[in-house]
Amino acid sequence: MPRFRLIAALVVALLMPLAVMAQSLDAVVADSIDQIEKPSRRTVGPLVDRIAATGPQGLALLQAWADRKLVLTDAGDLLIVDGDDAVDALTGDRMAAPDDRPLRPNSGVRGVIESALVASQLTDPDPARRAMALDTLARSGNADQLPPLRAALDDPDPVLAARKARLEKLMTIQHGTDPAARIAAIEAMAGDVALDFRAVLNPLLATRLVADTDAPQGNVARELRVGDDLPRADALAALVDKGALQPFMTSDEQRAALAANIVDGRVAGTPVADLGDPDIRDATYDALEASGAVPPAATESEAREALEAHRFFQLYAEPDSDVTDAARAAQVSAEVRLGAMKGVDLGLDALSLASIYFLAAIGLAVTFGVMRVINMAHGEFIMLGAYTAYTVQTLIADRTLSLVVALPLAFAVTFAAGVILYRLVIRHLAHRPLETLLATFGVSIALQQLAKNIFGTQARPLTAPAWLEGSITINDVISISSIRVAIFVLALLFLGLFLFIMKRTRLGLEVRAVTQNPGMAASMGINPDRIAMMTFGLGSGIAGIAGVAIGLFAQVTSELGQGYIVQSFMTVVVGGVGNIWGTLAGAALIGGLSKIIESLNPANTLAAQTFMILFIIIFIQFRPRGIIPQKGRAAEA
Amino acid sequence: MTRTPFILRNRSVLPVLAVLTAFTIAVTLLSHAYGSGVIPTSMVKVLGKTLCLALAAVAMDLVWGYLGILSLGQMAFFAFGGYMIGQWLMYARTEDIVAASLAQNPIPPTPLELQQATANQIFGVVGSADLPTTWAFAHSLPLQLMLVVAAPGLLALVFGWLAFRSRVNGVYLSILTQAMTLALALWLFQNDSGFRGNNGLSGLQNLPGLEGVGQAKVSVWFLWASAAALGLCYVLAAWIVSGKFGSVIRAIRDDETRVRFLGYPVEGFKLLVFTLAAMITAIAGALYYPQAGIINPAELMPIASIYLAVWVAIGGRGRLYGAIIGAVVVSLLSSWFTGGRAPDIALPGYVIKWVDWWQVALGLSFVLVTLFAPKGIAGIFDLMPARKDKA
Amino acid sequence: MTGFTRMLLLTSALTAAGGAWAQEGEPIKIGVLHSLSGTMAISETTLKDTVLMLVEQQNAKGGVLGRPLEAVVVDPASDWPLFAEKARELLTVSDVDAIFGCWTSVSRKSVLPVIEELNGLLFYPVQYEGEESSKNVIYTGAAPNQQAIPAVDYMTEELGVEKWALLGTDYVYPRTTNNILDAYLKSNGVADEDIFVNYTPFGHSDWSKIVADVVALGADGKKVGVVSTINGDANVGFYKELAAAGVSADDIPVMAFSVGEEELSGLDTTNLVGHMAAWNYFQTAESEQNDEFITAWHEFTGDDKRVTNDPMEATMIGFNAWVAAVEAAGTTDVDPVLDAIVGVEVPNLTGGTAQVLPNHHITKPVLIGEIREDGQFDIVSQTDPVPGDAWTDYLPESAVLDADWADKDCGMINTDTGACVQQQSNY
Repeated sequence: MPRFRLIAALVVALLMPLAVMAQSLDAVVADSIDQIEKPSRRTVGPLVDRIAATGPQGLALLQAWADRKLVLTDAGDLLIVDGDDAVDALTGDRMAAPDDRPLRPNSGVRGVIESALVASQLTDPDPARRAMALDTLARSGNADQLPPLRAALDDPDPVLAARKARLEKLMTIQHGTDPAARIAAIEAMAGDVALDFRAVLNPLLATRLVADTDAPQGNVARELRVGDDLPRADALAALVDKGALQPFMTSDEQRAALAANIVDGRVAGTPVADLGDPDIRDATYDALEASGAVPPAATESEAREALEAHRFFQLYAEPDSDVTDAARAAQVSAEVRLGAMKGVDLGLDALSLASIYFLAAIGLAVTFGVMRVINMAHGEFIMLGAYTAYTVQTLIADRTLSLVVALPLAFAVTFAAGVILYRLVIRHLAHRPLETLLATFGVSIALQQLAKNIFGTQARPLTAPAWLEGSITINDVISISSIRVAIFVLALLFLGLFLFIMKRTRLGLEVRAVTQNPGMAASMGINPDRIAMMTFGLGSGIAGIAGVAIGLFAQVTSELGQGYIVQSFMTVVVGGVGNIWGTLAGAALIGGLSKIIESLNPANTLAAQTFMILFIIIFIQFRPRGIIPQKGRAAEA
Repeated sequence: MTRTPFILRNRSVLPVLAVLTAFTIAVTLLSHAYGSGVIPTSMVKVLGKTLCLALAAVAMDLVWGYLGILSLGQMAFFAFGGYMIGQWLMYARTEDIVAASLAQNPIPPTPLELQQATANQIFGVVGSADLPTTWAFAHSLPLQLMLVVAAPGLLALVFGWLAFRSRVNGVYLSILTQAMTLALALWLFQNDSGFRGNNGLSGLQNLPGLEGVGQAKVSVWFLWASAAALGLCYVLAAWIVSGKFGSVIRAIRDDETRVRFLGYPVEGFKLLVFTLAAMITAIAGALYYPQAGIINPAELMPIASIYLAVWVAIGGRGRLYGAIIGAVVVSLLSSWFTGGRAPDIALPGYVIKWVDWWQVALGLSFVLVTLFAPKGIAGIFDLMPARKDKA
Repeated sequence: MTGFTRMLLLTSALTAAGGAWAQEGEPIKIGVLHSLSGTMAISETTLKDTVLMLVEQQNAKGGVLGRPLEAVVVDPASDWPLFAEKARELLTVSDVDAIFGCWTSVSRKSVLPVIEELNGLLFYPVQYEGEESSKNVIYTGAAPNQQAIPAVDYMTEELGVEKWALLGTDYVYPRTTNNILDAYLKSNGVADEDIFVNYTPFGHSDWSKIVADVVALGADGKKVGVVSTINGDANVGFYKELAAAGVSADDIPVMAFSVGEEELSGLDTTNLVGHMAAWNYFQTAESEQNDEFITAWHEFTGDDKRVTNDPMEATMIGFNAWVAAVEAAGTTDVDPVLDAIVGVEVPNLTGGTAQVLPNHHITKPVLIGEIREDGQFDIVSQTDPVPGDAWTDYLPESAVLDADWADKDCGMINTDTGACVQQQSNY
């Protein structure tokens, strides 16, 4: 243990210029106590270096400061607090725990402090501290930290050793002085798609546009041809920036020049009142120019001459061309893989969205298939499920347990709601689909307002258990949050369950019979009313489950169902009714397409949604009965 | 064969026109501008807007009650009409202001400068300074007035043609109309759509060139215009649904396939009525938004169209005056209950605040009307002559 | 017909009687124009309660000019056209002398033509995008230079952010604020490709793609920071997705302009800890006035858990400024009050004072807070009061504009020529 500390202190000492070493911790703290209390990232650097230079006690102070465990008491003492224990930061004496709040340096300042601690932390006996140091280096490593990192490459922990080796390579590329070592490091990592490697490569390959009469000094990336690689306007702007060309005159400038030359209500003989005509304005300006009253404006021919006289280059900021060549090669080799992985990631996002739409729409599809009615309150059943889960969570603190209770309970509650709705409303409106649509809409607005009255308009939290937080990360490009994976699994589960009920149970057989021909089914002894009620309950129950799922990754509000209801309708319409595979296909199509359109225009999610709906309207033209249309007699009804 | 004039065949036309005229005269005589001032200007505006909503409901009834298409996107045409007139109102007013401000410069502005400065005033709020191509006609009142009916009409024509051609009907068609209005709303919500995004068009109550007249008078004028439009369109709608044409479209509602077998071009009939209704709705919208003062994409959200259907259902669909009754009663009741003036009901242990419970009551009453009174409020009128017959 | 005439006579007689009431001790009416139902109710109801509390306190102190105050509350129901209708009703039917109200910019733009036409007086208490100065509005919320720009400065200087993701809900406040920030960042040398802008609909819930885009911004090794003008509920999904992607506040700090104590109360804040918000007031501000205000608020609502927030402070400042101006003018008439209100200085809740400026904005300190686990904020930075700037200096069209209602009686002055561009506002 002391040996580690000693090495750490030694490493730090080696890095510090001799001049700052002389001060004691007391002295440093005493004359910059104000800055310790109210630090700023911009100015705190030298102070941190001075404190670090004072030795282990100073490093402990810095660590506590960064961890927000340093307290400045009213008496002006600095204490390091850990739970109920407190020690004096300067002397190390045990003290009474103070009442004051710890100092709270902002995250920029903490970054500076942690960066100063890196050298000592790299060799800390605690693996957590060493990992923290590596985090800091990965976030903001600088050239000074490369030697201590190289000195500390050996690590008893194989994971940390691997990270250190990787970081060493990355930092060599960034801050190394020996081109051969940098090229070697680049080549060793070529093909890697990780974010940190790309983060190192891209700055190396950053270029700027230079206009010059001849090939410029420096590492030229390539020469640009005006018109082909470089828009003419950009080239002209570059020439104006360089001072090689007068800027063109704007209409404001022209007007100002004319206004400055008004004599007796006339400009160069033209009455002011006529100057509202742009042609007369130009002519008047030319007249002024001819008389020498205004400077000549830049002309097209001047611009053409300047363009011809200059060549345009992209210049690397990095001076060494071997390094940039290697970096370019490494980047190219990563590009294809990167593209493929981005595609995979997009696919995962799409799959996740599709499974949500599937869960939300399946109930709607079932009821539509059996009874030909659209339940506008379906969205509110989704909401009901989410609020059920929220209520369960307020009663049961354990999140896993509450989720386990909430899922079947949400199903039960919405199943019951569905059955009640069927008995009270829908049954009486059989064969009147448009009336049903409106009546269930009435139920929808009543339920929504009820939810507002009971739970308030504010979003309610529904928190996933810890094991569902975080994400499954394959690499820096492909990752998906665990909760979405869980929803996908849930969707699969319900697909399976649904198929089982439909294909393997008596209820399923009867449902299929009623769907295909209600009259015939009734004459075979099936009670269509009971079947309709059961399917309605089942569809509503699944909506409740979907509500729990949506609440887990988004927000629980009374409008939660509204956000999904139109998409669910679309899914049903696009997929085709009465067939679970149709719903699946519809959900996959809508989910996939949404994500593709979104990725084509990442700045505008709204436009993506608009195009999605337009696509559906057009799609219906070609397949009015959906992807998988219903067959048989029922289809004609 | 003698043909009775359709006015006599439609027994509702004369009473409706009479009530409308009486109402308009009464409001005028009680208004601030032309009468005793008992009805404040804000109330005149509310009444004028209600007439526009009634007009939209009449068009909705034409489509739903007579043709059998439950269009859940009708308010898209309403708002579209509003946007079209709003473009001119906003452009012309802004141009006046800008011209006045540019006149301070020593050099008179070129037409382009005037247009650019106007565009900058209108679109500065969404961070743009160019006039989008959608505003190409905004400077001209006649052109924009034409667009009020032409643009929504074209939208209805294209949409209807696509939908009817592929025989989309019933619930599918309802969902599709809903998708149409949602797509339009989402598109308009974008700031770079050329219609000022979520800001919408505002300041529409100020008529360009008539700044000095005052809202008290302008609001009465708009009430007159709304009443005239409602009266005219009511007569038009009554005429459509009476003769042979009316019989055909009712037949289409009841059994489309049979009408097709009889050799009628079903799609053509549907398209004609759908487009006409869209145009009437657009006129209603063009009269509504100058009274409301602001139009914004939220007006196109599907919920607004569903409410329109609700009014028609509650009023009694399949009869034009039913639509008017529904729109007037429900929208006025809604504004009274949500206005915070309805007294709260104090139950032991709980106070029912209408602000909170009105929506619940509305939703449930709607279920009840559908279940137990499919003819709506207008069904009451059926009961009265029935009693007379019995007596 | 005679019955009708009689009714007419009767009603006009009633209105005449109404006019005869005016006398000493008659209450001064003020309007409260905040949505009590619909989507904005959750935010705006709090402000309605705040005004009612302030009226109660003022009446306990003896009212204004020796007359009691009476609040007329209406509900515009989060419906923008309804705001205009209710404002007209307040000014013409209820005859209020001042209106406290509006939250969203659209609602303000809806009300603006009405109050300018009828010469009303509106106190607008919410941070907004600027680019406006009306004769009839006192803006007590922050203009962009009192919230957005200092917040971005903080992120550049204190957090070392070099690459920016400007995420917002698609409406006027985020759009304009992001335009201003974009111009500001570029004027500070940030390259075009280092600014990523994205707009999402209200209540957006599917954040996976956008969060992935933001994380991918770090691919060129620059420190990424998010400036969020995401509104309302959509924030919950955004922060959840951010946490799920393993992004902490140390990796990618998020600075929010629309997330305050009210929005955080009752939420699970574990995912948000360490992220930031910029406001002009936090409940954790340490001052005597703030302690009193919080105590009074808890007493008024009968709920110790109720939080206070920035728009409440702005409402309070507006109310006190109005009371001071009415006392100074000796009347509640709008024009004398507007003359008297410029220069009025009232205490704010962060230990300083707020002064009403000639451009009808006020001075405010800018506070940056880090979100704590209990849904409150640790104030990590506080500036001196900044005067609100109606027209931003960072957009070319607005840079030349200024507002001065005290000397020049104009809300849109071209500073180059000194001429008044227009007196009416744009709406």
